[in-house]
Amino acid sequence: MKDKNEWKWAFILLLPSLLGVGIFTAIPVIASFGLSFAHWNMLSPPKFVGLQNYLELMQDPLFWKVMGNTLYYAVAVVLLEVPLALLLAIAMNQPGWLTKVFRTIYFLPVVTSMVAIALVWNWMYDPQSGLINGLLYSLGLPKVNWLFSTLWAMPALIVMGVWKNLGYSMVIFLAGLQTIPEELYEASELDGANKWQQFLNVTVPQMGPTLFFVSVMSTITAFQVFDPVYIMTQGAPEGTTNVAVYWLYQNAFELFQVGKASAIAYCLFAVILVLTLMQWSFQKRWVDQES
Amino acid sequence: MGRSRILAYTVLILGAISMLVPFLWMLATSLMSSKQIYAFPPELIPNPAKWENYSDAMNSVPLVRFFWNSLIVATLTTAGQLVTASMAGYAFARLKFPFRNTLFFLFLATMMIPPQVNIVPLFILMSKMGWIDSYYALIIPGLFGAFGIFLLRQFFMGFPGELEQAARLDGCNPWQIYWHIALPTALPALATLGIFSFITSWNSFLWPLIVTNSEAMRTLPVGLAAFKGAFRENTQWGPLMAAGVISVVPALLVFLAGQKYFIKGLMAGSLKG
Repeated sequence: MKDKNEWKWAFILLLPSLLGVGIFTAIPVIASFGLSFAHWNMLSPPKFVGLQNYLELMQDPLFWKVMGNTLYYAVAVVLLEVPLALLLAIAMNQPGWLTKVFRTIYFLPVVTSMVAIALVWNWMYDPQSGLINGLLYSLGLPKVNWLFSTLWAMPALIVMGVWKNLGYSMVIFLAGLQTIPEELYEASELDGANKWQQFLNVTVPQMGPTLFFVSVMSTITAFQVFDPVYIMTQGAPEGTTNVAVYWLYQNAFELFQVGKASAIAYCLFAVILVLTLMQWSFQKRWVDQES
Repeated sequence: MGRSRILAYTVLILGAISMLVPFLWMLATSLMSSKQIYAFPPELIPNPAKWENYSDAMNSVPLVRFFWNSLIVATLTTAGQLVTASMAGYAFARLKFPFRNTLFFLFLATMMIPPQVNIVPLFILMSKMGWIDSYYALIIPGLFGAFGIFLLRQFFMGFPGELEQAARLDGCNPWQIYWHIALPTALPALATLGIFSFITSWNSFLWPLIVTNSEAMRTLPVGLAAFKGAFRENTQWGPLMAAGVISVVPALLVFLAGQKYFIKGLMAGSLKG
């Protein structure tokens, strides 16, 4: 008994999401694109200026500085996070209730608000009486000015970013490790491979797609960093921690340069889109290869 | 115990300590007097415990109000997500209609859009609606999303077709099947989406920062940021950390209660390609 009116029911069930995603995601993304070709301060009517916002950005040294900072943050986070998370996942890939406890602990930062985390790290990085300088002191090392230092402010944010997302990457790696057939390890053991050779010749190739996925996802997340910059440095010192989303926020909501902010948003979007499409096409290739 | 297991546990324990230290440090600082806080080298144990930091935090900012705002926003957002996502997920999984795959693909494609790209037009939309500084702006744009649709569609794909056929023969229409038969079986998937939405909403910062002006409408993260900002150069770390503890605990409790579902949700997100 086929219901010829099935599409009407489907329409009813889809209606809230169609309207919601349409109004709050699809239309804004188009509007944002349109606004990137205009000058607008949210008060007087917007003026169409063609590519001017983009051309100005390309000639603005601050744009390149901010993009460079964002890239620095993202690349450093990924280079630290991926190997660390893989190491932890391998250590955790064994039966037992204890590993469940560890998984929970590693996950605490993932589910905690970035604002609360940024506050406590802000305090740990305190140059006068912070915990981290206390640790350096006990090791006989000199104090560091952390968030007030043009050299160290960004690494301070990077370490915190890695700490926050490590558990997420680790859980994905753990799931990947558990799909590797045990026979592959047994076979390589018969061939006389040691643990390190097994890691290089079995684990890494088998984990290829997962490694790639986690790297791309972490890069995308890192490119969107905002909360810790707003809380801890506000882009200081000397703009060394100003990143794309924070600069976008400043332009839109402090300077009211809507067009410029939208152009920044689209530059960020372009980077993230390229990364996502890369991920999709590689994943598709891997899936096709397996089947 | 083999050598490699000892090595594995050493790595895990060192990692776990570094995960826990900032949380413990937040808790310890929230109970310290300023004298202890500004000691160098740092003192690690609050002695005596200064519980007044908590009441100081409550007296300096309307923490209860922030807490309440966060709770209302996260709860309603979650409820809305569960309804809209399960409806659409069911339609995509079980009903036949023209352009089904195209439409589903379009929904998936919206997951690629970083939310930051949309904040300017969304802010303008909220102002035009007169929703700035109200629960409408905090809640309504968050009620919808492709991630939940994707998650629920995956679940409903596995819903047994015979059950559906039987209900149809009994004269149920698709809405009745969705509501009375499919939805009650979807509790695990709903739990996953629910916990995921709650924690995401509870922790969200940029959007509530943009759409709230008055102190009374702030959520906890925005309230905390403003609390810190109010001190300028000489931050009162004791009360600030006390407020931090209060803001962190609910999300942690929700996570601990539904950990299994939450991690499943993250994994589903990771397979979205």
